[in-house]
Amino acid sequence: MKTTTKLWIGLGVLAILTPIGLYLPKKFKAGSAWGEWGAEEMHGLVGYVPHGLRKLGSLWNAPFRDYSFKGWENLGLGHLSLAYVVSAVLGIALCVGLALLLGRLLSKKESRR
Amino acid sequence: MHIPDGYLGPITCGVAYAAMVPAWIIASRRVKKTLAARQVPLLAIGAAFSFVIMMFNVPIPGGTTGHAVGAVLVAILLGPWAACIAVSVALVIQALLFGDGGITALGANCFNMAFVLPVTGYFVYRLISGNSPVKSFRRVVAAGIAGYAGLVIASVCAGLEFGIQPLLHHTASGQALYCPYGIKVAVVSMVGGHLLFGFVELAVTSLVVKFLQVQDPTLLGHNREAAS
Repeated sequence: MKTTTKLWIGLGVLAILTPIGLYLPKKFKAGSAWGEWGAEEMHGLVGYVPHGLRKLGSLWNAPFRDYSFKGWENLGLGHLSLAYVVSAVLGIALCVGLALLLGRLLSKKESRR
Repeated sequence: MHIPDGYLGPITCGVAYAAMVPAWIIASRRVKKTLAARQVPLLAIGAAFSFVIMMFNVPIPGGTTGHAVGAVLVAILLGPWAACIAVSVALVIQALLFGDGGITALGANCFNMAFVLPVTGYFVYRLISGNSPVKSFRRVVAAGIAGYAGLVIASVCAGLEFGIQPLLHHTASGQALYCPYGIKVAVVSMVGGHLLFGFVELAVTSLVVKFLQVQDPTLLGHNREAAS
């Protein structure tokens, strides 16, 4: 089997395993990463929400915020895991598409088949 | 290390974008010179790998989480500039679709994770691996230490970016407009966390390099001229 084939399979396995990245922080009751708090969390930390953070924090409404679906935020860990895996597959597909496009544009022409 | 919107003021965001434009131009030129058409799938795998590995949040004592980036691994395979492009792709998708990292902070996030991380990590990799054979254990060690060092150095940059905000932007009464924590707290928190998450990066980078040494060492060997 070609090495790249194995690496593609590896990516698929990683996508399926991504819910580990949800379970572990939940299990150890870890909060947000440092500097990635929402406005409410920030209020709890310093007693106010900095003006710029309030203004810019909602600047962009990402379609799959937090690797989840709209309205799924409060469903159980099972649903969140499913959304997480779907997000991983979607994200991998888009990264591959964009990188292939850039790579084709940039790579050396003489070795192109 | 994905800085959200609202934590960095306009000056920092602007400077970071301004720094990334030449970095992306240089990266495109270097990649144009060095990336063979047959390596394009590897670039895509690298971008996707970086994307997915960043979803593996690891909790650490103190109630916070972090993750590996995989940038040094891509740099070892394809050179630091190709890694810059691959990780930038992952960060753009994360910001636009998943709200992971801000739009205004995208320049800063790319600077930390797609520029500083692969470039410094790759430098450390070359420094430690020296002229050792492609299949030597020294290269596995070099890869691990390089991943660790790159991640920690990138976290210093992120900490500094957070930490200068209260100096740059505050109200007359002294309330911060953006990140409220100063340099000392921000750098200590960012670097402290990443000294621990760094071991995930270390493990990922060295294990994949070990796997490739066994599987297909040519992938590790042909990149010499792609480096400088």
